[in-house]
Amino acid sequence: MATETVVHTALTLTDQLPALQIVVPFVAAPLIVLLGGRRWAWPIAFAASLASLVIAALLLASVLDGSIISYHMGGWAPPVGIEYRVDAANAFVLLLVSAISTVVLPYARTSIAREVSERHHALFYTAYLLCFSGLMGVAITGDAFNVFVFLEISSLSTYVLIAQGAERDRRALTASYDYLIMGTIGATFFVIGIGFLYMATGTLNLADLADRIADKGDSRTIRAAFAFIVVGIGLKVAMYPVHRWLPNAYTYAPSAITAFLAATATKVAVYVLLRFVFSVFQPAFIFEVHTLEFIILPFALVAMFACSFVAVFQSDFKMMLAFSSVAQIGYILLGISFLNETGVTAAVIHLFNHGITKAALFMAVGAYVYSAGGSFYDTMQGLGRRMPLTSAAVVIAGLSLIGVPGTAGFISKWVLVQGALEKGWWPVAILIVGSSLLAVIYIWRVIEVLYLQPTPEDSRVREVPMSMLVPIWIMTLACIWFGLNTDMTMSAAQAAARGLLAGSAGMMGQ
Amino acid sequence: MRHHLILRVVTKLLIGVIMLFALYVQFHGDYSPGGGFQAGVIMSVAFIIYSVVFSLADAQKVLPPWFVHKLMAVGLLLYALTGVYSMFAGYNYLDYDAINPEHPVSGQHNGIILIELGVGITVTAVMVTIFYAFASRTPPMDDEAW
Amino acid sequence: MVKEFGLDWTFVIGHLNYWLFIILMMTGLYIVVAKGNLVKKIVGLNIFQTAVFMLYISVGKVKGGTAPIFPVDMNIDPDVLYSNPLPHVLILTAIVVGVATTSLGLALAVRIREEYGTIEEDSIQKIDRDTCLQDANLHSEVASEPR
Repeated sequence: MATETVVHTALTLTDQLPALQIVVPFVAAPLIVLLGGRRWAWPIAFAASLASLVIAALLLASVLDGSIISYHMGGWAPPVGIEYRVDAANAFVLLLVSAISTVVLPYARTSIAREVSERHHALFYTAYLLCFSGLMGVAITGDAFNVFVFLEISSLSTYVLIAQGAERDRRALTASYDYLIMGTIGATFFVIGIGFLYMATGTLNLADLADRIADKGDSRTIRAAFAFIVVGIGLKVAMYPVHRWLPNAYTYAPSAITAFLAATATKVAVYVLLRFVFSVFQPAFIFEVHTLEFIILPFALVAMFACSFVAVFQSDFKMMLAFSSVAQIGYILLGISFLNETGVTAAVIHLFNHGITKAALFMAVGAYVYSAGGSFYDTMQGLGRRMPLTSAAVVIAGLSLIGVPGTAGFISKWVLVQGALEKGWWPVAILIVGSSLLAVIYIWRVIEVLYLQPTPEDSRVREVPMSMLVPIWIMTLACIWFGLNTDMTMSAAQAAARGLLAGSAGMMGQ
Repeated sequence: MRHHLILRVVTKLLIGVIMLFALYVQFHGDYSPGGGFQAGVIMSVAFIIYSVVFSLADAQKVLPPWFVHKLMAVGLLLYALTGVYSMFAGYNYLDYDAINPEHPVSGQHNGIILIELGVGITVTAVMVTIFYAFASRTPPMDDEAW
Repeated sequence: MVKEFGLDWTFVIGHLNYWLFIILMMTGLYIVVAKGNLVKKIVGLNIFQTAVFMLYISVGKVKGGTAPIFPVDMNIDPDVLYSNPLPHVLILTAIVVGVATTSLGLALAVRIREEYGTIEEDSIQKIDRDTCLQDANLHSEVASEPR
């Protein structure tokens, strides 16, 4: 707020980018309701998503050198006002979310037209945009309470979007209800944690919080805050023991929504976890080291094995991928628990690589639902010959999920193993490789169903239209591209990891 | 509720007062406790009482569901576009100084009134929508059930 | 300091808001976990959230502080102590989120009731389990075996 004596210098469009990042999708959502037409819903949603992608790319380009952009909402300077704060870590997340959304939307148009009845389309895309802007908001904001508000915006619209699957299977309703209960408990725990932080420090700005916690040091209130925040965000991340909402929610949601959520929602939650564990709390606090080493690490390992094991025995492709998601989140948490730069780099890079891999796979599932009417293995028998392009994409993305050299998944697992060895934890490194073998089994089952089983004689399944194939293949090619050309992802992930591990200093800028 | 004469008369008297009070809370919100959230809820109470005492159909004649949906969007857009306006004026998003650059204090005043109006409209519309959504799913209650 | 029964009573009374918060929060959480009725779960969730609202609001109170409203003429007396208004603002937002969650949860309960004919978790789970079994029988890969 400028006083009368201060002459105001007008901000340029570049200065406004952090606000526009959220405002564009956020204005587009009520615009769809106001115009009301089904014809306008999709174009507006796509335009907003595309604009966000461009803005995110511009933001990432300007912070890759380690600088920080700070935007003051309403002209109120932090720590009093709400601050939007872009650094390498969250610019990376912003780019991931907006890119996935822009690729998934063209796919959604065809897929949703078949899975959701037409009279719901306008409100469907409104909810989608709200979910999208909520996720972007979580990533961009530098205010602890604002994180909660955006988290709830995205969660509430996610519940609605998942429930839209009820037209195909009524279990979408119970899945959505369970997620609502678990998600709300998680969000409320998160608020309690923020409340404790506010009690201990008297501020809500993340950078300021980090600073004051570093000054004050350890106290019981801060420990309580840490516990509540880790559990609360852990629920949103689908950390192993509190992951039960995820498989059902992903299985019964409309395919396009599953692809979008699998690639973004849990990833954004992981980002919040990273931000709080490393930037706000000091990684040097002994209780934090203990939490990571004795709680998160074992649970991450259990997730990698237990959920991969469950995935092997599924007879539904979509359910299998959902369980595999929980297992893959285990890898990300494992990287975080190493508490060294390589480990956090692995977490950030796996966040990205797993995002694109799962987006490709879940979109392919949607293709089978579109053409064959289901994603059970027996409905997919021999479809490798009927739907060659989709099935080839499944194979490539599946290889990336396993972590075969030449694909994106290999890079993240490679860095993760390096992190484990750097720490001297070679048993963990062996376990990482071991759980990848389970991935080989569950991906092999799909490949066997698609290619080695006979196609039913009377099958009239045909390849899906281009509007679905192109997004699937964009993601699949991205899996290969980021597996061969690792400069961009590695440098961004390393910059992000360095910024995060620098603790409160990282929040202040170098 | 055709036979509940007292309820009907009292409701008719009260609805005007409730709406007036809502407007008071709304537009006095920058000086005293109040504002869009509270005013919106009070305003929606007027419509909800009307539809409880008279009938849902009557209330929907006054405030049809499609119109409430549009109102929701209008309120939100009013809020967001106020911010966009200040962006166009070269200020930060939602910096109300932009509304009156010569007198930032009056700019702040007008800005908060606009924003709260947006909030008020949206909250009214959302509360009424929630009520409509639930009320229209249950069979209407007859007099004997009371 | 008053010490009786080995307890520091000034500490206990002085932290009354925390005790109430803990009791309310645990009540809410217990209802969410233990009750099978979907609507009752939402009620529990509400109690749980309300506990958090109370925690925030009680923390914002400054001892001897008055309501944080400036006089209209803006002649602010520096001796007057004001309570912290920020938690109220935060909780206003949190209440709105709570309302949205409640109405969405209830809407889902209504839809579940329409689809399943019940809002008791046990019966819903039984129906879902039966559907899963049917799915498994229909789609399992050992489908060639006689059933």
